Amino acid sequence: MSLEKQIAISPAGELAAKLNSAQLPVDACYQCKKCSSGCPLTFAMDLLPDQVIRLALLGQEEQVLGAVTPWVCSSCETCTTRCPNGIDIAGVMDWLKEEALRRGYSIPQVQISRFHQSFLETVRLGGGRLSEPLLLGLYSLRSGKTLEKLKSGELKDELLLGWELVRRGRLKPKLPKKLKGAGEIAAFFAKSER
Amino acid sequence: MKVSYYPGCSLEETAIDYAESIAAVAPLLDLELAELEDWNCCGASAAHSINHTLALDLSARNLLIARQAGLDLVVPCALCFNRLKVAEKALPVPQENKGKTQPPVKVWDLLDYLTQPEFLKSLAGKVVRPLAGLKAVCYYGCLAARPPKVTDKEAYENPGNMEALLRALGAEPLDWSYKTDCCGAGLALARPDIIDTLVKRLYDRALAAGAECFVVSCQMCQANLDLPQKRIAKKAGRDYYLPVLYFTELIGLALAHPEVDKWLARHLVDPRPLLKKLGALSAFA
Repeated sequence: MSLEKQIAISPAGELAAKLNSAQLPVDACYQCKKCSSGCPLTFAMDLLPDQVIRLALLGQEEQVLGAVTPWVCSSCETCTTRCPNGIDIAGVMDWLKEEALRRGYSIPQVQISRFHQSFLETVRLGGGRLSEPLLLGLYSLRSGKTLEKLKSGELKDELLLGWELVRRGRLKPKLPKKLKGAGEIAAFFAKSER
Repeated sequence: MKVSYYPGCSLEETAIDYAESIAAVAPLLDLELAELEDWNCCGASAAHSINHTLALDLSARNLLIARQAGLDLVVPCALCFNRLKVAEKALPVPQENKGKTQPPVKVWDLLDYLTQPEFLKSLAGKVVRPLAGLKAVCYYGCLAARPPKVTDKEAYENPGNMEALLRALGAEPLDWSYKTDCCGAGLALARPDIIDTLVKRLYDRALAAGAECFVVSCQMCQANLDLPQKRIAKKAGRDYYLPVLYFTELIGLALAHPEVDKWLARHLVDPRPLLKKLGALSAFA
């Protein structure tokens, strides 16, 4: 981050307060950067995990809600485990993803947000369990990358891999078992969408 | 010993080899697995990433079913295990039920359950085909251990129970520092380029440690190290041959279960050439 940009930051407490009420307080952070040191995904991030926490503490909503970092976070929980101040950094990353979607932010990693959405849609359609072939199908339709992948040859490789799995009995084109609790599961989905 | 068992969705499909090997070795260890009635998907990374309410509801339902069953709950999938532990921490502990105190249901990661001292001891006595010469690195992945305030694990940075199991089976576990490093499995479909970087690093570190294979206790790790090996090799411009075995498959091998070959045939990186070379598979070949 450039020096000018750092000076231009005007701190606001609102975001930190929201994180506080979500049981994800960030105000104990003393910038030891242990989270970023142990993070295996920093090579794919735009902001380091410690920068996300700092910017959240300073109320820089646009920056953290629009960042790539929360989306490529793999939830490996190394940061949360090692934080000497008990900050649930991976939990903050989850909160930022959910909040960015809820507020209609433009998502910088649509392949990842669409994967999560396709996964949950698959569980909903399956009545409570995940069908892996259905997830693969739904995600391929939703990812919007099919044509690109066809041109690059990636699609062919993916289909071949899928076939290898079918041949070995690791991918069966069938729907999951019907659950007695399907109604209960549908109610969870309905409640969470309110 | 009878326990409740929560397989999770992928053990019905891509990790069918894991499921089959678990079902086969449990009776050899006098363990009865009672599949949890009407269990549902835990929501996995997708739910906790973008819908925390749903994530909690889905796992809480499974935990409540387990509490009704009243037996300890054993979970082979690290992610499902982690989500169940999150639900356990979020739900109030049931104190009394109709005047009777209910014993709390403990949620176990399968590897931890099967490496309790009494299992390790009885296992060592049951080995008929020691896995001599099998040089392996144990790869635990992330979520069975982290974060410890959720998982209640003591050895979360440097666990050693899989190594202890391998030694009991006569294999040669090698030390390396990547045993709990993330493989990025959750991003496998959306960002395969990230997987290529993370998993290649694991291959290279395993080889540097002198390993000929990985042993895993998480089916997401298995898939993520097994499925893209050809792709990663091609990108790196070199060959890799690093089979990724489940610890339960190794138990089956050492105890000479007749169906081992069927499980191994489901892997993309076929472990059988390595095992035949060591003479560990000769009875089935």
